[in-house]
Amino acid sequence: MVEPFGFIGIFIAVAFILASVPVLLNWLIAPKKPNPIKEETYECGIETVGDTWVQFKAQYYIYALIFVVFDIEAAFLLPWAVAYKQVPLVGVIAMLLFIVLLADGLVYAWRKGDLKWR
Amino acid sequence: MDPFSSIAVALENLLASLGFADWLIDLIMAVLRSAILGTVALLAFMFLTWLERKLIGRMQDRLGPTYAGPIGILQPIADGIKTLTKEIVVPKGADRWIYFSGPILAAMAALAVFAVIPFGPDTGNGPLVGTALNVGLVYVLAAGAAGIVATIMAGWGSNNKFAVLGTFRAVAQLISYEVPQLLSLVAVAMVAGTMDMVKIVDAQTVPFIFPLFVTALLFLISGVAESGRSPFDLLEADSEIVAGFHIEYSAMMFALVQMAEYIHAFAISCIVVTVFLNGWAWPFLPGLAPIWFLVKCFAVFFILIWFRGTLPRFRIDQMMAFNWQFMVPLALVNVIVVAVVDRALSDAAGWTSASQPWGWGLVMFAANAVMLLAALGLMSLKGREARMRDAEKARSQSAVAATGR
Amino acid sequence: MTAQQGFFVFFSLVTLIAGLRVVTARNLFHAAIWLVLALAGVAALFAVLDAGLLAAVQVLIYIGAIAILIIFAIMLTRGMMAPERRRLNSWSSTGAVVSLVLLIVLVQAIIAFPWATPGAALAEPPADSVVTLGKALVDPNQFVLPFELASVLLLVALIGGIFVARERRGGE
Repeated sequence: MVEPFGFIGIFIAVAFILASVPVLLNWLIAPKKPNPIKEETYECGIETVGDTWVQFKAQYYIYALIFVVFDIEAAFLLPWAVAYKQVPLVGVIAMLLFIVLLADGLVYAWRKGDLKWR
Repeated sequence: MDPFSSIAVALENLLASLGFADWLIDLIMAVLRSAILGTVALLAFMFLTWLERKLIGRMQDRLGPTYAGPIGILQPIADGIKTLTKEIVVPKGADRWIYFSGPILAAMAALAVFAVIPFGPDTGNGPLVGTALNVGLVYVLAAGAAGIVATIMAGWGSNNKFAVLGTFRAVAQLISYEVPQLLSLVAVAMVAGTMDMVKIVDAQTVPFIFPLFVTALLFLISGVAESGRSPFDLLEADSEIVAGFHIEYSAMMFALVQMAEYIHAFAISCIVVTVFLNGWAWPFLPGLAPIWFLVKCFAVFFILIWFRGTLPRFRIDQMMAFNWQFMVPLALVNVIVVAVVDRALSDAAGWTSASQPWGWGLVMFAANAVMLLAALGLMSLKGREARMRDAEKARSQSAVAATGR
Repeated sequence: MTAQQGFFVFFSLVTLIAGLRVVTARNLFHAAIWLVLALAGVAALFAVLDAGLLAAVQVLIYIGAIAILIIFAIMLTRGMMAPERRRLNSWSSTGAVVSLVLLIVLVQAIIAFPWATPGAALAEPPADSVVTLGKALVDPNQFVLPFELASVLLLVALIGGIFVARERRGGE
């Protein structure tokens, strides 16, 4: 049997083909009548005004930051969770300490109002 | 021996007898298996679009598609044909490579999950699964994360203010709801002792939805939010941000985006069934287990459709507050409670999921119930406080208005 | 060359070329996408080397979180949508010298290191590598102290990052 990630590689390649074939078919079959009005970017029916740049709130970045920290936390938690049944009580407490420390960070963000969508 | 394994074995023997090298046989079988899994996902997608439109129609007291074929069953095919013949309009100034690869990558990421979902038991020739990956859970989460990057690419590649704005909000929602998803799967991995999807099904002496009730709820809700379905479909609300990040996509590109979303939702249903509802397990013919598995997946998807037909849409700030101030803390507490209760049970009473399934399940369920009631109680208390504060403020404001004149 | 070596070389090339394109791309967003490709290449390398958990975690964290964070950070800079600026600034000559020195040092170190004999089979990972890792993380004799310190580091990063990223109060 092909080792697991080998299969995953093949599966991803097959998925790529499955996803691109309809697009290819569409591109081949469909009419192509490019026309400057059709290709105008959509702006509720009026002409585009100004640069295509949008006010990017810092709030988005804060959410991404908190997500990164919790993502890393989950990455540590997962191998521990698999070993959970075979780990002595000390190990469980060590991990609980880890979780509490990061929950502390969440509480900080909460109290400072950083979790609110401004 | 079940029908699928028998066919596979027969095919392998055929190829071997034709003189193909071992590695080539493996390669061909792998390609075939991927193709079949992918096709199953796509067929499920077509069926589910029809199912959804019919059910939503019924919930809204109308019939849904009835024209194409009996009871409208050929509707997805009609839609497909229509989509294939529509012109792909590439917006001016769009970044060609990124514009085209965004939706394709999103569809690939959604499909990728199906490589590790077990469809049937081990009947002598390996479990009926794409591959029994020993880190299946992480792989599933990683596929979801990759889909998020694809969403960014799709939104940015359109060179359109509305698309970019829609993308930011979509990504903020997607990454936020990934946290409770991660944490709930951590609880599952704890109790199952493995991340291998095949072994998780086997480890469920009691279907995990029972002892890990809060975990299942968290995963289901965050899964619905992750796949951008109602009530979390702010990303593509026609009335809000004019279809959000996929404004500039037409024809098949748009269909790809829809496909990615539906397949993602179906994949979430399949994961829920595998991890919480005992996967393909049923006490009868093991050969036909895949059918029972698919029935269960459709049942879970029905719940998703039910959500869509019933619940009104959330605002973005409500969604974020719900996630970060309720779901994530609850998920963290859930991990701690599951760890403590399970360890206490096994140390003190020797009850584990293996030795005393129903006893263990009952105590865990009780712990979950306590946790849920406490969380809801806390929420209602906070809600009452907030309402009283608002009433205070309103009263004082009207008093000022009355005397200040 | 075995199949494993072949795949290793292929994915290494992908990663290196993508890494090169990150720093030479004209458009900042393109650079971010090349970075995603480079990270995916690293994940593939992990998979080729039988480190399945690391491959999946690499995709989950680096592509799913850090790449997104970088893209958000890019979008916070006004000049992102503008066409490319000059890619070389006044430090480029110093940078070139330092890079050359670093290259020489690294090559020397790699040559001098006692690697395993070429052609010998790679060591087999333990059958339950994930469980071993999980146990090692919280074992008092192994990695529990660095592990807890890592959590403190994450906490500091979280608080610091939020503090810095917060919009100016009062001027809103």
